[in-house]
Amino acid sequence: MATYAECLTIVREVLGEYLEPGQTAGENDALVADLGLSSLQMLELVVEIEDQLDISLPLNQLPDVRTVHEFAQMLESVAGGAQP
Amino acid sequence: MSLLEKFAPLNKMRTDLLEYGSLPFGVVTERIISPTIGIVHGRETILAGSNNYLGLTFEPSCIEAAKAALDAEGTGTTGSRMANGTYSTHHALEQELAAFFDRQHALVFTTGFLATMGMVSTLAGRDDVLLIDADSHASIYDGCRLGGAEIIRFRHNDPADLEKRLRRLGERSANTLVVAEGLYSMLGDQPPLEAIVDIKDRYGACLLLDEAHSMGVFGAHGRGLAEALDLEDRVEFVVGTFSKSLGSVGGFCVSNLPELDLIRMAARSYIFTASPAPSVVASTREALKLIATRPELRERLWRNANQLYSGLQESGFQVGPQPSPVVAVFVDQAELAIEWWHQLLDNGIYVNLVIPPATPSTSCLLRCSMSAAHTTEQVNKIVSSFADLRSENRVAGSAV
Ligand SMILES: Cc1ncc(COP(=O)(O)O)c(C=O)c1O
Repeated sequence: MATYAECLTIVREVLGEYLEPGQTAGENDALVADLGLSSLQMLELVVEIEDQLDISLPLNQLPDVRTVHEFAQMLESVAGGAQP
Repeated sequence: MSLLEKFAPLNKMRTDLLEYGSLPFGVVTERIISPTIGIVHGRETILAGSNNYLGLTFEPSCIEAAKAALDAEGTGTTGSRMANGTYSTHHALEQELAAFFDRQHALVFTTGFLATMGMVSTLAGRDDVLLIDADSHASIYDGCRLGGAEIIRFRHNDPADLEKRLRRLGERSANTLVVAEGLYSMLGDQPPLEAIVDIKDRYGACLLLDEAHSMGVFGAHGRGLAEALDLEDRVEFVVGTFSKSLGSVGGFCVSNLPELDLIRMAARSYIFTASPAPSVVASTREALKLIATRPELRERLWRNANQLYSGLQESGFQVGPQPSPVVAVFVDQAELAIEWWHQLLDNGIYVNLVIPPATPSTSCLLRCSMSAAHTTEQVNKIVSSFADLRSENRVAGSAV
């Protein structure tokens, strides 16, 4: 179980590894358009977060994720209630 | 017309590529001479990017069979397998495929793409899960989208990641179809099939193995990787194509599960398209016999594959992780890859240029595929033409 706030923290933490030194990820930043992530980096980011939360993110939902906020929201929906 | 605006980046890519001379995609073979030689840009060219693994496209017995079928059955069936498009020869091909793979059931589709896409989308429905290798072919990805199942990827060739994801699914692992390929078509690497099979069995999942590039290439009878590793009984569904080692066009699925026969009435890519032309069915049936009875074709293929792989490696190129009939050369910079591709063609060598996102990494690939029909001299010429690229440019091919 993870709350939205916890999910947001994780996303921002992991994202930090992909950003330039000094750059931070705002909640409303778009992962590709604002933060400049490549599609390969997006893939790595997803895998790292999946491992941290011990979940699998369905590919069906990923295209809907554009911003840090949407990512955290999606994580909450998968990690929030679905776990036994 | 904003509908068409999305094509602007493609147009730019095409324009940029044309600055190097001709377009490297959709190259016209002005005349095809043999399985390994064609006339391209007016020049005799060695075809080293064709998937013609056993070199059967000009096999006299296959050509004879196709001609006889044209005379006897006409040019096309004009209908679906479900309607008027199942001739006795389609039925015979299915029986022969089942016998070849030593399975109870076989289904013939019009292309391999339609076979894989149709099987993936039909086997896994709304409440099911598809667990696919991240480097899967487009036909697998498209099948995933169509079926409405939950789609999860596991890291390429990583059984530990597969296991983790099956564990996370809990009871739903029993409703899961795991999908892998027998030989990955870009880098020529094989999956750790035994580990994958052990894990999916432990979690009660099913496995669909796409042997598109491995049929005719592995196994004592040429049945593919599952045969070579003695795992056939534990692979529920095998799909494949007639368009590579069998030298024609079409696709299939084989299984011991009786439900495969019901998929005839459920797979949209089987139902809503015309069946393969009789001439195609006839040459495929003939080629299937040759795969089984001429193991020397496989030996020649592997001899050529090993020669090319070690030759390119010794010339200092970074190649795929293991020797295989698909030999991929990594080139970091796109400009260099495109230049090299043109130099190879000018030198009478055709290979495939693959640029991201069609590649598994950010590198470009000069992808070569070997055939049993290549001669030692042809393989030597391919290697020396590659070696010339490095001496001319003195720029390293580089890393993944
Ligand atoms: C893994 C895989 N599956 C399916 C196909 C499709 O085969 P076909 O050419 O028969 O449509 C290919 C061909 O590129 C492939 O590589």
